Amino acid sequence: MDFKLTEEQQMLQETAERLVRDVYDFESRSKFSESEAGFSTAFWQQMGELGLTAIPFAEELGGFGGSGIETMLIMEQLGRGICLEPYMESVILAGGLIAQLGSDAQKEALMGDIASGQLQAAVALDELNSHYDLANVTTTAKQQGSDWTLTGRKGVVIGGQTAGKILVSARTGGDTRDEQGISLFLIDPTAAGVSRRVYATVDGRKACELFLDNAKGELLGEAGKAFDAIRYQSGRAIAALCAEAVGAMRSSCDLTLEYLKTRKQFGVPIGKFQVLQHRMVDMISELERATSMATLAACLADDEDSAERSAKLAAAKFVVNRAATSVAEQSIQLHGGIAMTWEYSGAHYAKRLVMISHQFGDDDYHLEAYSAQLTGA
Amino acid sequence: MDIHYSPEQLAFRDEVREFLKQELPADIAQKVKLVKELSKQDHERWQKILSKRGWYAPGWPVEHGGTTWGPIEKHIFDEESAAYGAPRLVPFGVNMVAPVIIKFGNEEQKATYLPRILDGTDWWCQGYSEPGAGSDLASLKTRAVRDGDHYIVNGQKTWTTLGQHANWIFCLVRTDPEAQQQRGISFLLIDMATPGITVRPIITLDGDHEVNEIFFDDVKVPVENLVGEENKGWTCAKYLLTHERTGLAGIGASKAALSNLKRIASKQQKNGKPLIQDAMFRSQIAEIEMSLMAAEMSTLRIVAAASEGGVPGAESSILKVQGTEIRQTITHLMRKALGPYALPFLPEEMELDYDGELLVGDYAASPASQYFNMRKLSIFGGSNEIQKNIVSKMILEL
Repeated sequence: MDFKLTEEQQMLQETAERLVRDVYDFESRSKFSESEAGFSTAFWQQMGELGLTAIPFAEELGGFGGSGIETMLIMEQLGRGICLEPYMESVILAGGLIAQLGSDAQKEALMGDIASGQLQAAVALDELNSHYDLANVTTTAKQQGSDWTLTGRKGVVIGGQTAGKILVSARTGGDTRDEQGISLFLIDPTAAGVSRRVYATVDGRKACELFLDNAKGELLGEAGKAFDAIRYQSGRAIAALCAEAVGAMRSSCDLTLEYLKTRKQFGVPIGKFQVLQHRMVDMISELERATSMATLAACLADDEDSAERSAKLAAAKFVVNRAATSVAEQSIQLHGGIAMTWEYSGAHYAKRLVMISHQFGDDDYHLEAYSAQLTGA
Repeated sequence: MDIHYSPEQLAFRDEVREFLKQELPADIAQKVKLVKELSKQDHERWQKILSKRGWYAPGWPVEHGGTTWGPIEKHIFDEESAAYGAPRLVPFGVNMVAPVIIKFGNEEQKATYLPRILDGTDWWCQGYSEPGAGSDLASLKTRAVRDGDHYIVNGQKTWTTLGQHANWIFCLVRTDPEAQQQRGISFLLIDMATPGITVRPIITLDGDHEVNEIFFDDVKVPVENLVGEENKGWTCAKYLLTHERTGLAGIGASKAALSNLKRIASKQQKNGKPLIQDAMFRSQIAEIEMSLMAAEMSTLRIVAAASEGGVPGAESSILKVQGTEIRQTITHLMRKALGPYALPFLPEEMELDYDGELLVGDYAASPASQYFNMRKLSIFGGSNEIQKNIVSKMILEL
């Protein structure tokens, strides 16, 4: 057992940290958020140039063969700046799915561009009534000759507004909530039969609703057998989100602590009041808890698929969801009115922290998943 | 001991229900139920209807246009109004400055301001908090310097709710900078049209414009606009704060929000069933419903004590804490009920006249925004930490 980072990992951490610090001051973030893309395409390009988008991929796919730890280090820094770029969605998730399921030709065609950041991809797994259950798929795909066409609606596709390719889960067999019969397709968002309703998200990003009406799709992997890969890769996404949450929590704690030391009421800095001191201690205690579980998730993310891996990732997301929401709420309360304003960065950290629990399962979802595997004991 | 209303009280409740059924405009009730923003005109329309019936200012003495209602009747009226989707009254005129004018104002002030509140001529806002004076309100710095027949006011107020609609503001200002904190403060009524006043919107984290900053730059205020004695304004402020706190538990509003939550949970799906049938989610709704039940009983006990002539004391602080936490939990559950669809930020769908396609349904655009907006409840009206300080000092004598 060893919790130390290697020299290379420390360098990676410093690279990501410096990049975020240089580009992502709060005013710039607001501009990126309000731009049409919803994030900084220049920053995205820089991430590509620095090799950050290539980190998790095997060398033969144009990557650096990084593990969950490297991903954690990057995501944590993105969280510190509440960065808006769809790194998790494109690199971890879309890249992971294509690397796992794609044919040699598909990998050849796509992986190099994903690894370099040339191609920003998105993944459409949620649906109107799926409520985090990735096996709850009503979108259908039909085969005619060698062509597949997709019909249905996918929801809250983060990064879908700018994506060059979108990976879509659709049903080619089985019943609505069966794991069997789910397939994964690559679609071109500008193709016939595809329409998007783009909207902002509460945490300042952009996403879209994806409407498919006999839209052409390219099958990724074997028909009807994509669910295992979706579950496996969503586990990697969970680990990435946990790390992002830790970064955002750390920044939120820093801001709050600074405020406690500088804001004066009743003639003293409010940090002199014991009730607020204890609240601040609760915040960093939650941060510690979340850091531990994000680290656990990072260490397991790239392990072989197993029930134990799934259970521990569920535990990590459960703990991090609760911790992130708690830190968000405490930070607003400790700041008072100022944290209720759009102008204050702390409010945007709080929004991202709460919204992380709405991606890949909230606390109820993961509590249920974790409980379910206790039945055998 | 009997928790049931008396026959007279039941008859009164029926009268209130009948009035609400007949008179509450359906479009306004619909907006309240869907948590859409109410326009100034909506508020004014409802206010006029209440005024016509003589029920706009039930807490005022009859000679000024109030009623003879006791605390229980007032409670019944508030409960029924919330249940039918009547808008919450904007309190700054009718329930905040008016009680102060009635208690501390002179006859001329009563004759000038009260009728204008009653008939809707004036929209009041509150000038209390300042950037440096939040929980520590008595540290406020806005200065009023006497100059002949006028005060010259300079300073800044903040968190002024709906100040963008107001034509009058009541302010706490410092008239004696030498005196100890609470002593040198006065209570001034200021016409918002006076030169030197600037209103700047504050956009809250949910993208809403509800609160404002107000700047005073050499604003000339006639001395007759002083309520009570100079430097004794803190007495008015304290009187008003206890008035404010009793209404802050928001039981009626929480009940309405709870039924909204159930509606959302019956429309949202999980595992192929309505979310409200999900054991885990349902138990969380049950838990908050039971807490609300307890808070409602506590309110009734306080109301009953008040009707016997008791004065609500620090109990109202306990209720403020409980009531605001309940409301926050309800909005937390609303947001959770939406699953991934809590992410879309759809302010356009919350607008009054939105007629485009709804992303999910008429219930889904606002829960996440409401959740963030409701964080204010434990901050304003004396933060919950301040309320607990009051309880530990006044009840526990610690």
